[in-house]
Amino acid sequence: MYNSGKVIIGIIIFLAVFALPIWYNRGAAVVPPKLELPKDEKQCVEATAYMKASHMEMLDTWRNSVVRDGARVYVSTTGKTYNMSLQNTCLACHKTKEKFCDRCHNYLDVAPDCWDCHIAPEVKLTGRTK
Amino acid sequence: MFEKALTGSKGYYIWVLFLLAVIGFGATNYLRQYFYGLGITGMSKDVSWGLYIGQLTFLVGVAASAVMLVLPFYLHDHKVFGKITILGEFVAIPAVIMCVLFVTADLGRPDRVMNVLRYPTPNSMLMWDVVVLSGYLVLNLFIGWTVLGCEKRGVAPPIWAKVLIYISIPWAFSIHTVTAYLYAGLPGRGFWMTAIMAPRFLGSAFASGPALVILLCYLLRRVANFDAGREAIQSLAKIVTYAMVASVFFIICELFTVYYSQVPEHKNHFNYIFTGLHGHSSFVPVMWTSAILALIATTLLIIPSTRKSDSVLPIVCVMVFASLWIDKGLILIVVGFIPSPLEKIMEYAPTLPEAAISIGIWAIGALILTLLYKVAVAVRKQQEYYNVTEAAH
Amino acid sequence: MDSTRRDFLKIAGLTALGLGAKPAADAFAAAGGPRMTQNPQALKAKRWAMVINLKKFKESGKEALQRCVDACHKAHNVPDFGNPKDNIRWIWPVELAEALPTEENQYLHKFHEGALRDFPVLVLCNHCEKPPCVRVCPTKATFQRQDGLVLMDYHRCIGCRYCMAACPFGARSLNWRDPRPFIKELNREYPTRVRGVVEKCNFCAERLAVGKPPACVEACKNGEMAFGDLEDANSDVRKLLRDNFAIRRKPQLGTQPQVYYIV
Repeated sequence: MYNSGKVIIGIIIFLAVFALPIWYNRGAAVVPPKLELPKDEKQCVEATAYMKASHMEMLDTWRNSVVRDGARVYVSTTGKTYNMSLQNTCLACHKTKEKFCDRCHNYLDVAPDCWDCHIAPEVKLTGRTK
Repeated sequence: MFEKALTGSKGYYIWVLFLLAVIGFGATNYLRQYFYGLGITGMSKDVSWGLYIGQLTFLVGVAASAVMLVLPFYLHDHKVFGKITILGEFVAIPAVIMCVLFVTADLGRPDRVMNVLRYPTPNSMLMWDVVVLSGYLVLNLFIGWTVLGCEKRGVAPPIWAKVLIYISIPWAFSIHTVTAYLYAGLPGRGFWMTAIMAPRFLGSAFASGPALVILLCYLLRRVANFDAGREAIQSLAKIVTYAMVASVFFIICELFTVYYSQVPEHKNHFNYIFTGLHGHSSFVPVMWTSAILALIATTLLIIPSTRKSDSVLPIVCVMVFASLWIDKGLILIVVGFIPSPLEKIMEYAPTLPEAAISIGIWAIGALILTLLYKVAVAVRKQQEYYNVTEAAH
Repeated sequence: MDSTRRDFLKIAGLTALGLGAKPAADAFAAAGGPRMTQNPQALKAKRWAMVINLKKFKESGKEALQRCVDACHKAHNVPDFGNPKDNIRWIWPVELAEALPTEENQYLHKFHEGALRDFPVLVLCNHCEKPPCVRVCPTKATFQRQDGLVLMDYHRCIGCRYCMAACPFGARSLNWRDPRPFIKELNREYPTRVRGVVEKCNFCAERLAVGKPPACVEACKNGEMAFGDLEDANSDVRKLLRDNFAIRRKPQLGTQPQVYYIV
């Protein structure tokens, strides 16, 4: 190999920079977020395990059903009915999105843009951007 | 082959750096637009398309006009174009890329642009525009690069490249036809609802594109010591002449129908640009500039002595390009919205950030063109050098 | 419809997994869910249409017009930018000659002199039967429902504004900038929009879904506006259109607007 010394040093530097996040966070305990659950309601629209894993897919389905098909009522697996509305149903129980939605989304570093349009309770409307 | 774009004279580097600076300026303005919204432009509720969509329309024409070099060379074996056909194809590539950039700059939600592919909607002309434009880009990339590569190695282009070239000919017509259909099929816009929109588009494209190539040939003669050949330039000048005459003729057809029929929904728009309407006349001087430039240029093109003069022809080409840029890049789109469907007049002028973004995109086009031409000219010169040394032996 | 059905099944399957042992079929059999359906109180129609009675509006005065506009814009969080360039409108008053430019001639003078000519007319999305906006939309972000409503999916709109160019009635507005700081009074039950998407009147789809008439119609005290099923012979709109001469905006374009003006 030509210039093997330089190439190998280059590879080592590249790997060191590439792995920087791992070095940076080495040893730091990763604490899963504690979510504040509604006090007056025990059961979400579907089972907790399903909601944890698939609430985004469910919301997507709800959205298409409400916006495009005009079917706005959800009959859950247990037969209970809900108005399919992020703003008016989900957030009626999960009153503070900062202590529920945001905690987990921040932890996982995902940024759903629901709140650009949908209004979370107790959020002052000052505009997200200038 | 691309390595040839990386070395050059001092002037070449300065030019590239200058373009990069302009691109950077445009990009910072685009960031401002991205975070503020399209309200940073001069567009409004009534005039909802402006400079960006105008540039798209004009540049689709420039891209399509490559066919005016490809068609005579490959279908009619017009040998004098042998040296410059590649220049036409290499104009098409940055032109289409600029089209894509202008559409993207015009989107309210550029982050969702992929929705056009996620939810394909065949009844929307915009979807077809995306299809034909991206197809045309791919065709020209493959054709241009392959033909040039073969030339470098001194072999004939492969059969498949020939097939692609034949496909690209009708394809070029299709891109500008579909662009015309974007506008010509809208029920409430009298200015656009005309069956000769597509022919008119092609006519003005086949004048402005070859005029640009002529100017580039003159430029290459000065800065790159590359001579396209007098015959090739004069052939192009004839194409520009016919296309200009056709364009003027189409406009006369348009004016006759509008003014003889006196239908207000059509007439009001033309009144607005030629005389002003209800006291609003900001486009009147712009329109007359374009019209007078077109008439003078057409006259000078028709007269053989001026067309054949190396000192007059470049000026005529600048006039053709400027006239058609105003007509298509500015007036055609904006005036479709003035007056509005409620017969109201909301005037439009691009804002500074809007102009800066547009200039930035033009600079991206100029940069890509520069790099491609650098490669093309270098390959050509190398060939000529080989030919000369071989002849000497 | 098919995609929704597929989504039900997906939820059913995943839910069953979430619950542990219970197979999806059981879940279906046990409770009839999960599925999506309409509210039993929802107002339904084969073809929704609106009637605007210009004579009655003239009697009621300009406050009546403003009441309708306010009711709509408040219900839907429509911002007020206070300038014509950025402005967004779902329903708004214009001069008669603006609403009906093709009627601006001697004919109009003869028939409407004095009585109506100088009084503003409310305009809004016509929910055309053959909507050009839907035809041109490259993402199906604007679409037509079975009952004729032409609606917007704000989640999908890319802001290309092709629909604004296609609409012959100027009924559509883009959010040229962030609308939120310009909403005077917030309705927390309805979303706002985000900058970069196109919006317009939705014939109050969200109110029809819970059995309420459109907000503008509800705001009318003297029956200046009516709303109903054009295919139902006993509906308000059918009765009004039977007994009165009504016109529509730009019918010659063939879009079949479904807002009728009694003149």
